[in-house]
Amino acid sequence: MSETSALLEVRDLTVHHGQLRALHEVSLGVSAGEVYAMIGANGAGKSTLLRAIAGLDQPTSGSILLDGADVTRMRPERRVAAGIVMVPEGRRLFPSLTLEENLLVGSAYARPGPWNPGRVYELFDWMAQRRTQRAAQLSGGEQQAVAIGRALVANPRVLLLDELSLGLAPVVVRRIYSLLPDLLASGVTILLVEQDVSQALRVATRIHCLLEGRTTLEGPPGELTAGRIEDAYFGLAKPAGGPSGSAGGYA
Amino acid sequence: MIWVNAVLQGVLLGGLYALFACGLSLMFGVMKVINLAHGDLAVVAAYTALGVVAVTHLPAVWSFVLVVPIFAALGYVVQRTLIQAALNRSVLTTLLVTFGLSVVIENSLLQFLSANSHSLNIGSLVSDSFSIGSQITIAYLDLAIFVIAVAVLLGLQHFLSATKHGRLIRAVADDREAAQLAGADYRHIFGIAAAIAFATVAFAGLAFGMYSSFDPTIGTDQLLLFAFEAVVIGGLGSLWGTLVGGIMLGVVQQVGAQVSSTDQILAGQLFFLLVLVIRPQGITSRRRTA
Repeated sequence: MSETSALLEVRDLTVHHGQLRALHEVSLGVSAGEVYAMIGANGAGKSTLLRAIAGLDQPTSGSILLDGADVTRMRPERRVAAGIVMVPEGRRLFPSLTLEENLLVGSAYARPGPWNPGRVYELFDWMAQRRTQRAAQLSGGEQQAVAIGRALVANPRVLLLDELSLGLAPVVVRRIYSLLPDLLASGVTILLVEQDVSQALRVATRIHCLLEGRTTLEGPPGELTAGRIEDAYFGLAKPAGGPSGSAGGYA
Repeated sequence: MIWVNAVLQGVLLGGLYALFACGLSLMFGVMKVINLAHGDLAVVAAYTALGVVAVTHLPAVWSFVLVVPIFAALGYVVQRTLIQAALNRSVLTTLLVTFGLSVVIENSLLQFLSANSHSLNIGSLVSDSFSIGSQITIAYLDLAIFVIAVAVLLGLQHFLSATKHGRLIRAVADDREAAQLAGADYRHIFGIAAAIAFATVAFAGLAFGMYSSFDPTIGTDQLLLFAFEAVVIGGLGSLWGTLVGGIMLGVVQQVGAQVSSTDQILAGQLFFLLVLVIRPQGITSRRRTA
């Protein structure tokens, strides 16, 4: 890795789900202020990578560093305090809590920083008047917005966004992605997982393609041709370690 | 009027049952732990009060000032060590562990404190009462226990709905992993929930020790059963359901006792089975929309 100054660095990370190797020696470095996008097909290991960085999945080998400090064995809740906060796949709001309570839980162990529930209400103007509604009663797009808000109020240094667009209408997805500049401006660095490659290319400063748990391509979108990305995504180019096929399955 | 009296006595008794049941319900709701030692803990609380009274010469009524905090601390420690270790293996293991705990407690009490029954001596308060008309007599103690039970449930409701840690307890109950992603150490939150559950069962045990006599085996023979019945009748997951369940159980038992004094427990048991058949989700339970 060349990014010795990376805010978030992943070195040779291997993760197993039981016998299944979901991630094979993946390395990456995310610099401050970047929007780093992981792309790849279903089961490529993108979500596993994010879960490992958040601390929910324990790696078999390799290490994860935040600002040079090793967090590989840190518990997930401690990583939040260190500045790594994830918006999990499928939103995962607390359904029996109200919108406001979801944000308050998110800010219960917050680092000091610019975000608080009030600022989230400014970002999403519809939220304030519906804050006493239970999260279960919100639509998918609204829940996704609350999930982002719940992560923001913890004042992350690195925000992990897992499949924001899953199950949402394209217009809602566009609206949510249009927030990224605001988030970056507040000093948050973003590592996201996206299945929709064109969406990822629109917002990312760097992209990283996974195929069956291995890196097949990495670089700024401007330097990558559509053909190379397609080859890396579908496995037409030979990946560095050779295709083993051992990392199939669904993330 | 005899029947009105029976119903009134049942309502008052129901408060005590709800106090027994709310801790059981909380531990199941938050960490999916069915604490089979719950009834025995109440008995231990009553014995602890006997010890506290013997050592400090406090009036028994005030023993809760020491016993309840001791039990809260005990709850946190037992949860973080024994029960968490069981949870890390599987939810079923917690059944074995709490059942084992129940056996250990009961036999230790028998071994060291004999099978003799005791009660907490509260002087004349145990029999003081007032009458309404000629057939309704209400004991101050029963009324006080009911009021305390409702106050504890109100306090618990307020804690869960309006405080930071109450919110975290509900969040962890909803989605443990998502709570971790919000920075919450769910094991610590579990510990807090257990501390509250143990504190409420201590309250219940002390109230029971003043209301009636107790011995080492009454925890599983009666108290655990009544707590379970109150929870199931009322419906899991709601404190008011627990109160309603406790009151209905109390009323049915007292009305049963009015029919024939040996039918008290049987009546409650039959009513419990009837609820299970007709309305297995409990009287007050609404369907979850989540």
